[in-house]
Amino acid sequence: MYSEKVMDHFSNPRNVGEIPDADGVGTVGNAKCGDIMRMYLKVDENGVITDVKFKTFGCGAAIATSSMATEMVKGKTLKEALKLTNAAVAEALDGLPPVKMHCSLLAEEAVKAAVEDYMKKHPEAVID
Amino acid sequence: MNLDRIYMDNAATTAVSPIVLEKMLPYFTEIYGNASSIHGTGREARKALEDARRRVAAVLNCKPNELYFTSGGSESDNWAIKGIAFANRKRGNHIITSSIEHHAVLHTCQWLEKQGFTVTYLPVDEFGRVSVKDVEAAITDQTILISVMAANNEIGTLQPIREIAKVAKQHKVYFHTDAVQAIGAIPIDVQEIGCDMLSLSGHKFHGPKGVGALYIRQGTRIDPFMHGGAQERGKRATTENIPGIIGLATAIELATENLEEKSARISSMRDQLIDQLTALPYVRLNGHRTERLPNNVNISVRFVEGEALLLRLDLAGIAASSGSACTSGSLDPSHVLLAIGLPHEIAHGSLRLSLSDTTKQEDIDYVLSVLPGIIDDLRAMSPLYHDFMEANK
Ligand SMILES: Cc1ncc(COP(=O)(O)O)c(C=O)c1O
Ligand code: FES
Repeated sequence: MYSEKVMDHFSNPRNVGEIPDADGVGTVGNAKCGDIMRMYLKVDENGVITDVKFKTFGCGAAIATSSMATEMVKGKTLKEALKLTNAAVAEALDGLPPVKMHCSLLAEEAVKAAVEDYMKKHPEAVID
Repeated sequence: MNLDRIYMDNAATTAVSPIVLEKMLPYFTEIYGNASSIHGTGREARKALEDARRRVAAVLNCKPNELYFTSGGSESDNWAIKGIAFANRKRGNHIITSSIEHHAVLHTCQWLEKQGFTVTYLPVDEFGRVSVKDVEAAITDQTILISVMAANNEIGTLQPIREIAKVAKQHKVYFHTDAVQAIGAIPIDVQEIGCDMLSLSGHKFHGPKGVGALYIRQGTRIDPFMHGGAQERGKRATTENIPGIIGLATAIELATENLEEKSARISSMRDQLIDQLTALPYVRLNGHRTERLPNNVNISVRFVEGEALLLRLDLAGIAASSGSACTSGSLDPSHVLLAIGLPHEIAHGSLRLSLSDTTKQEDIDYVLSVLPGIIDDLRAMSPLYHDFMEANK
């Protein structure tokens, strides 16, 4: 039921772990099935995401979308990261089964929550 | 197919035994007659059919004419419940069942509620056992049927069906039991149990899929299920599936032969899995420790989600099953795990390993060698585990 790309990211997830001195951390939960995803960001003075890590409690699709989302925002600006959509993550994984689309939403929301946390901690930062 | 794969999902279905397959094959091409035909080809098929019926009846300890072949466990459950409900509507409209039945029973009961029947879904204790007292207390002058399964398909818990049968008899209420998971695992004798109806399904004991049976005690007032020809003594129309029925009869004989010895061997492997897996931190057993199917292991691994566990096991060549919300399609955790009182997040990490008499000691050793590592890996990426460990530092 999962594409080869999903299985690849599930069995060898990229950027798993935590960043102890992260600049932004976002945790989101899935109201639908009760799963949880957390993203850690390291951001430089130019607003570029230099490092990102995740922890996920969820299904294969949740783990694979977390992994893919970290790859997609690494090296990007915060502004670019905020534009990440769950559809783009799912597409980058060669698609997800319809019942699993909500898991990719979790990845989008986790990135957004981490960026928001960064903004809260760095009120001087502007995303233009 | 990779022959090295370890199949631990025998509660979902089993492989057809080679002996069973061999016995079935002539009935596709040589003895292919319609059992209702007058000619020799038909008479041969009829003889095979009635012979199979006698053999299955002998295993269950009933009369051959109390046994009806069906298309599987779901049909047998549907027939027993709807058949009793509609035939006894004038006597009453109340049915009692448990909250952990298979969907073949639960969804049938829910549908009957829409037809004007009233259904009591009895709770179970933390081990998944129905209380006989609760059954008795639920009986009213409207009660026509009690349906409680012999053994649960997810957590393996055995139900006190003999005691429930006694209570049903005292109150003159019909008693049906879904023994789909119990056949070939524990001794099943309908006289000793005292049930009025019993469902079974071929593919759960190394027989073919798409064939089952319903035992109906003589004198039971029940409507026919499939309307049409006069097959199955006018109660269940359609040209009999003779190859399937031969397969079921052969499989049930093989499955119940030396049952004590076989189940002792299987339960010792089950116990190794249970003991060693529940010795891991934050792993619990679901279901009853002793009142349990000999081939069922069901654990909850905290901080880990079941589908991820299944996928990792599959990559390691092990086939298993889970009651996690993420595997359910409906995104709700299994009704059985919720009924035994598990909170959502613990139901989430459920894992069922179901063995069969083809399971080898090496298979158990292999599972025990890879599963702890998989659990560690998944916990290492679990935010819940992280938070729990931080809080308990
Ligand atoms: C307890 C129980 N009842 C009924 C069924 C349905 O059997 P079948 O697949 O033959 O319709 C199953 C099998 O999943 C089962 O485990
Ligand atoms: S996280 Fe539950 S279905 Fe994907």
